[in-house]
Amino acid sequence: MPATATPAERVELKSGPPPAAPAGSGGRNWSTRRIERTIKYESDRNVGFGRDVMRVPGCEQLENCIQCGTCSGVCPLSIYMDHSPRQVMALTRADFRDEVLRSHTIWLCASCYACTVECPQQIRITDIMYELKQRAIDAGIYPRRFPIPVLAHEFTHMVRKHGRITELVLVIRLFLKTDWFAALGNWRLGLDLTRTGRFSLLTERIRRHGDIARMLDAVDQPKHPSP
Amino acid sequence: MKFAYFPGCSLKGLGRAYEESLLPVMRHLGLELEELDDWNCCGATAYMAVDEAKACVLAARNLALAERSGRDQLLAPCAACYLVLNKTKHYFHDYPAMKATIDRALAAVDLAYAGDTAVRHPLDVLVNDVGLDAIRQKVVRPLRGLKVATYYGCQLVRPYATFDDPYNPVTMDRLVEALGATVVRYPLKTKCCGGSLTGTVPEAGIRMVYILLNEARKRGADCLATVCPLCQFNLDAYHAQVRSEYGDVIVPTVYFTQLMGLAFGLPEKQLGLHRAAVPLRWRPPVPEVAHA
Ligand code: SF4
Ligand code: SF4
Repeated sequence: MPATATPAERVELKSGPPPAAPAGSGGRNWSTRRIERTIKYESDRNVGFGRDVMRVPGCEQLENCIQCGTCSGVCPLSIYMDHSPRQVMALTRADFRDEVLRSHTIWLCASCYACTVECPQQIRITDIMYELKQRAIDAGIYPRRFPIPVLAHEFTHMVRKHGRITELVLVIRLFLKTDWFAALGNWRLGLDLTRTGRFSLLTERIRRHGDIARMLDAVDQPKHPSP
Repeated sequence: MKFAYFPGCSLKGLGRAYEESLLPVMRHLGLELEELDDWNCCGATAYMAVDEAKACVLAARNLALAERSGRDQLLAPCAACYLVLNKTKHYFHDYPAMKATIDRALAAVDLAYAGDTAVRHPLDVLVNDVGLDAIRQKVVRPLRGLKVATYYGCQLVRPYATFDDPYNPVTMDRLVEALGATVVRYPLKTKCCGGSLTGTVPEAGIRMVYILLNEARKRGADCLATVCPLCQFNLDAYHAQVRSEYGDVIVPTVYFTQLMGLAFGLPEKQLGLHRAAVPLRWRPPVPEVAHA
């Protein structure tokens, strides 16, 4: 099996409700193609969503977006996104909640902060992406089997329980939850890491690991019930 | 100089070679690092994506522990930890509601954070506190002839850059030059390595790794030097995947601390160079022994 048989091939990046179909995308499969409205209606809005996001620490400046597109231009992942970062900013501000939360963009964002330092309006785009990820997870509307939310979930679970991350255990759990078959494609990587002593199966754990759960519970935000 | 030291999960696992080389290098320069007692995971990018307040609370516990240890400076070598700890400190000062949440959560475990601990990266400390002159004096095997592409990645210089420029950082360039090596022009020095996307969305992640490696090769670099365990991992461990997608692009990636160790003539076993999937084979020329 070639080493390329990675989870990617089974992650349908283009699935989900399609954004505007690219013009001139050919006449193939006309019989099966779904015809969809590509213009948004006023009634698609969730009025108040934008305001709500802008109330979160770090997200206040969104109001001042001038739609210049600088963020989309510098984003190293925008070529894979269904909506560019600029579009996500516009959609969020204009209350198109479902469109934004179902977008793959928020899961492709690697939190590299390139957009944030370049934005002429000092909009903390990365932090807004974080906020949108949180809301998508809360609402349970992320693309099925998209491994990033699963990774985030496994990660937080492990931190809560042990206080630290043991990378190998995290990776194994991720593959079990998403696509164990893909793990086979990565056997070489695992072998390399074990050979060079970089993977350990011993669970890292802090002494006062109970403190972590106690602190997290004390945060006690009604918006985010503890996992 | 004494520092509280926050290794973070990666430096105990995938990034072991970073810690292995960092500790002897710092000791060699007379810096004392005291590992923070019972530190916990900083939360990294994954926790921020689930719950911002909780992510900050996790990081704040470490800041509070550092304060309690009596050290006013916390050294965080992992770029992701460095960012999260700094971000938490910023949020603590900028948002009263966040401060209240952090205070409440810490109080639940009998901790408190006053907001003073400085979060520092070793690169910053080495160049700005120790100084390049002091470093030059320790060089016994100059890295003459080694061409290095300095790669900072994203999270060290963005968005809370304090000691370097977010567009064109140069701290590591100056450090590597002080070791006797040549820095090649590498315009992608702050481009994102893909983070965890190499594992979760490989068609995007592997391509980003390929772009970085290929640019280094085109610029004639013998190796890439990094400041972050995730960057090192991505650039080092995915060579096989890059090969099958794009053809062979073999460039080793080392931690800047490993280069320092080589130049200081520290025993190679201490530097963890063997831990890389694509290890750096180059060694500095042995200096001619002054004849007796
Ligand atoms: S760079 Fe800033 S102002 Fe320009 S489109 Fe993006 S978020 Fe809006
Ligand atoms: S932080 Fe996210 S949206 Fe911004 S440039 Fe990086 S990947 Fe793109």
